[in-house]
Amino acid sequence: MTYTKKDLVGMKNLTKDEILFILDQAEKFKEINKREVKKVPTLKGKTIVNLFFEPSTRTRTSFEIAGKRLSADTINFSSSSSSTTKGETLIDTVKNIESMSSDIFVVRHAYSGSVKFIAENTKAGVINAGDGTNEHPTQALLDLLTIKEHKKKLEGLNVAIIGDITHSRVARSNIWAMNKLGINVKLFGPKTMLPKETTPFGCYIASNMDEAVEDCDVIMMLRIQKERMSTVLLPSDREYAKFFGLNKAKLKKAKNDCIIMHPGPINRGVELSTELADCKQSVILDQVENGVAVRMAALYIVANNI
Amino acid sequence: MNGREILNAHEIDSIITRLAFQILEKCQDISKMKLIGIKRRGAILADRIVQKINEFKNTSVDVGYLDITLYRDDLSEISDFPKILGTEINFDIKGKSIFLIDDVIFTGRTVRAAMDAITDLGRPKKIVFVALIDRGHRELPIQPDFTGKYVPTSLDEKINVMLKEIDAIDSVTIEKM
Repeated sequence: MTYTKKDLVGMKNLTKDEILFILDQAEKFKEINKREVKKVPTLKGKTIVNLFFEPSTRTRTSFEIAGKRLSADTINFSSSSSSTTKGETLIDTVKNIESMSSDIFVVRHAYSGSVKFIAENTKAGVINAGDGTNEHPTQALLDLLTIKEHKKKLEGLNVAIIGDITHSRVARSNIWAMNKLGINVKLFGPKTMLPKETTPFGCYIASNMDEAVEDCDVIMMLRIQKERMSTVLLPSDREYAKFFGLNKAKLKKAKNDCIIMHPGPINRGVELSTELADCKQSVILDQVENGVAVRMAALYIVANNI
Repeated sequence: MNGREILNAHEIDSIITRLAFQILEKCQDISKMKLIGIKRRGAILADRIVQKINEFKNTSVDVGYLDITLYRDDLSEISDFPKILGTEINFDIKGKSIFLIDDVIFTGRTVRAAMDAITDLGRPKKIVFVALIDRGHRELPIQPDFTGKYVPTSLDEKINVMLKEIDAIDSVTIEKM
């Protein structure tokens, strides 16, 4: 099995074999990150432009490190200093940077579907680093890699995704991928943060925290995304923590070896109590570490298809 | 089996034994000896050679496996998607005598890539290259230190090294493409 697309836009349009192939390749890249000299010459001469139209620190840094470890030239572009603020269209911006012989664009944008739009309008390879509330495929891949490492398998696992499902591209990418991989996904969150129509996801919707957590192998807590919602969705942080946050008492319902995940940054004491964020079952920093390997694999695979 | 057989299972085993002794003769300090096989078939040969060395010297020499895909200089020219197999070297390279093992040496580009990969892991004392088959047609000034068999070939011929761990049979054949 290989991957023949020039882009990585989302998990929705990938097959099970393609997902497993990227995960397999990412596992191989982990070894490079443990070396003293963390660099291979694979993408020497390739130019990767991180087009971030929305602020990000960890994803951008992770992609930048991944590109540099493969010896590519990585350039960061942020919207605040770009011509889009002067009224230039998105495609014009992309075409201009493409004309400077860029090979791969890593794109983050606040509008859902914008990355697919860019991918369809450029010869360069495009990797989605998060588009609106749509998808964040490399985050889902690093989550899956972390789960696979800790549980030694993917199929048949019980995973609860808890929090702001409506605004979460991380949840969406994970749901599409997990459904294909035979993972049982439960969703839970405030009614105001659950999509009106959950049928397309094909997931069980839990009615309370105990039911959501019960018998889980993995609990994925989502961040409350204050930037993507109005205050009317959430009365208070305290109330959220009480009904939808995870703490030691609620975790007892899950399997003993249940792992706790979070895409970061954590609102400590809201989604996750500090004692759980830093406990042995928390794999949050493993997720960050795996992010670099997954992004190296994504860049390598896309670079071979352009 | 495709093509004419130039080495059978027995001959391959004899050559591996000879290469093991040549390696032992070359390395004065066995504690600094490390074997690295180039994936995939070089890795299998390295395993077999190290087994003979360990049996004869009653020791346990480390063996590692190198994937050179990320170091190839022809990534954009090859049609098949180069799948990463992963490097598995769990010892320190620095100051060691590295015996690099591959099944066939042809243009020399694989060996060059392998040397680049090894030196990225540390500075070895020396690298000795061992090939089961030398088929000629070098494009780089690289020669094996020990060769199992020299097989003059033309460019339209292909050498197939089959090892029972992955091919169910031990045999080396030559065929016209």
